[in-house]
Amino acid sequence: MDSLRRKAQQLLESKEVDCIIGYNEGSSGNVHAGFITTPGQAEKLIFDDRCKQNLGVYLTKHEVMRLGKLAIVAPVPVMRTVLILTYECQIVENSVKVLGIGLDGQFLDFNEYADIEKYLTDHCNEHPEEDKKLIEKISAMSVEERWDFWHETLKPCIKCFACRQACPMCYCVRCQVECNQPQWIPVQSSELGNMEWHFMRAMHLAGRCTGCGDCGRSCPLGIPVHLLTFKMSDVVLDNFNTKAGLTIKEPSTLSTYKANDKETFIR
Amino acid sequence: MSDFTPKITAFVCNWCTYAGADLTGTSRMKYSANVKIIRFPCTGRVDFMLLLKAFDNGADGIIVSGCHPNDCHYTSGNFHARRRWIVFRNLCDFMGIDSRRITFSWVSAAEGGKWAEIVNSTTEKVIELGPYKRYSQISKDGFINEFEKGTING
Repeated sequence: MDSLRRKAQQLLESKEVDCIIGYNEGSSGNVHAGFITTPGQAEKLIFDDRCKQNLGVYLTKHEVMRLGKLAIVAPVPVMRTVLILTYECQIVENSVKVLGIGLDGQFLDFNEYADIEKYLTDHCNEHPEEDKKLIEKISAMSVEERWDFWHETLKPCIKCFACRQACPMCYCVRCQVECNQPQWIPVQSSELGNMEWHFMRAMHLAGRCTGCGDCGRSCPLGIPVHLLTFKMSDVVLDNFNTKAGLTIKEPSTLSTYKANDKETFIR
Repeated sequence: MSDFTPKITAFVCNWCTYAGADLTGTSRMKYSANVKIIRFPCTGRVDFMLLLKAFDNGADGIIVSGCHPNDCHYTSGNFHARRRWIVFRNLCDFMGIDSRRITFSWVSAAEGGKWAEIVNSTTEKVIELGPYKRYSQISKDGFINEFEKGTING
């Protein structure tokens, strides 16, 4: 953590970056995102087990972009986020300085995104064990049980869209859920509308999810919506052998194809 | 279930399957009349939300059909669609939407017989599975319906 603070201070002193997005100590033992703009503030930066939020979500926000050249404290999911956003032309390659935090908690200083690619080839994050178990449990149910499970689970959803706002991949200025001609998904919370919304979100994130789990953590009702996107990551890995955000050179799974993609159900 | 007449929606591409279905007709081949065909420019155009909307509106089964791989009028539309359907089917399974009711197929403009077979076999299967109430029911029970019926003031 000291090396992270030292690096942050040095970056701000040399005016190499104008703002560092990192984690700060909040109230009642919580952490929150902090925007460090002076060298003196660098010691406020922290990193520990509580720092789970995907800070990449701020990179596409206009008010943050206006702060100048950015650096970001990046655990593995954030590194992957940066690479996807670069491929999707939301940020320019090497424009955001990445202060990496490895899987073992070590500070990693990346000069360019090619170094991140190299690091990620053998240090990719996996889904947490409890989520893996839940996904297995749901997968073992019958189709009807699964329908009932999701119906009951998603029923309390109030459509606050916190899952969308927390996700760095959901950066569309106008989400399909806000389109009303035609109206794809009802605005208000309704049983079918909730299913449709979460179905759509999972489809749009298939092959783009970095596995940070922020959607599930941000849900005020504690609905495990991240299981849907995690499952999609598994499906994409099984069928196309790709993981999102490991390179800036390849398009995401659903925006490309291979002539020899294998399936067993098309007659 | 013998008096059950399933509703089947077919999303087909203009260039291959629609022409194929035309051939079925001009060849005077009889096939199940339960199918309602919707013509699209390409299978790549078939948004997954349309399939969900079909179930919502009371479809008991769905057929999605287009050109064989490498035959797409737009070169790669069906390849993109294939990837999308692989992911879509898995998500349907995971969320408990009955993917047995959705038939995916490649039917070329020359395969009138295959189209008749696809429709007939899908109809048989859907009759066997019975009406698909689970999906459309929750929209009937939902808020919008209450609103439309006027039981909720607003």
